[in-house]
Amino acid sequence: MSRPVRFNTTPILATTADAVGAIEAPPGFTGDGFFTAQLSTVVGLARKNSIWPLPFATSCCGIEFMATMGSHYDLSRFGSERVGFSPRQCDLLMVMGTIAKKMGPVLRQVYLQMAEPRWVIAIGACASSGGIFDTYSVLQGIDQVIPVDVYVPGCPPRPEAILDGFMKIQDLVGEESIRRRHSEQYKTLLNSYGIQ
Amino acid sequence: MALTNQYMQEKLQEKFGDLVSNFEESYGLLSFEATAANNLKVLQFLYDEPSLQFQFLTDLCGVNFPDDAGREISVVYHLHNLTENIRLRFKIFVPVAAPDVFTSCNLFSSANWMERETYDFYGVNFVGHPNLKRILNVDEMDYFPLRKEYPLEDQTRIDKDDEMFGRG
Repeated sequence: MSRPVRFNTTPILATTADAVGAIEAPPGFTGDGFFTAQLSTVVGLARKNSIWPLPFATSCCGIEFMATMGSHYDLSRFGSERVGFSPRQCDLLMVMGTIAKKMGPVLRQVYLQMAEPRWVIAIGACASSGGIFDTYSVLQGIDQVIPVDVYVPGCPPRPEAILDGFMKIQDLVGEESIRRRHSEQYKTLLNSYGIQ
Repeated sequence: MALTNQYMQEKLQEKFGDLVSNFEESYGLLSFEATAANNLKVLQFLYDEPSLQFQFLTDLCGVNFPDDAGREISVVYHLHNLTENIRLRFKIFVPVAAPDVFTSCNLFSSANWMERETYDFYGVNFVGHPNLKRILNVDEMDYFPLRKEYPLEDQTRIDKDDEMFGRG
């Protein structure tokens, strides 16, 4: 017997009132035809809502990332539909999966090819700490070769967790001082990884 | 005439006498041992002898027996006669202090990478190998990871973060 056909006899009219997200304006002074605000908040607002991610997916966490990019979870809601596959164009390095020690220099090279300002998110137990691979061939966390901004736990983390980590990155990006990348503290951090 | 394990054993013993030993059959697979110095002679004989023709090297790997003094490192050759579809396992043993084995690269080109892998993980020194360097692990590694010389959780390692593993 064929499947019964169902008709949508009472279509629900789409309401878009709550469906479209809008970003709050940064704090500032509004006057007749002008608006003043701190430059760093405006820059932060622009940056945090247009992050271009660079996926560095090596194993199962990469599959979760694919779900995150898909229509159900939809990372593009956060202004990141444009996944770049060249490190030169991207702002956020998303490392997902086990990084073998042989892959370490490759990952570092990719990080070095990214232009400042750049952020790194380690997704999953393996990228964060080596995970279950407590062994001679696996890098015990990518923070041994590059600085990491946000760690997402899980083996693998669900797309919601990846989104949560991504929103943490957005917070960091939005609040970052535009002078941070020139600070002594930042230079010391990079020097501790041997990056000039 | 089908090639039988018994015939192979007789052929080998007839040619090499006491140099080959420890013949055994496990699940129908003939396996035997020879002295390390004669590994090439045995392989060449198995290759050239018209009634044997073991001309395909399926696998070459190492084994570590840390408790067997003087015979700690073993190299195992899996050979295949493609015309008769018969397989054979051939082992040699060397001491871990001097793990020198003649390379079989000149007989089997496929041995090149397999010997590099065996060197990489067990430190077997294949004498005469054209390019004996690590193939899978990082070049900077200064130990042979599959030797049973390390505790399962090595406390001396500094490349992992103990706090992440509940040991901090």
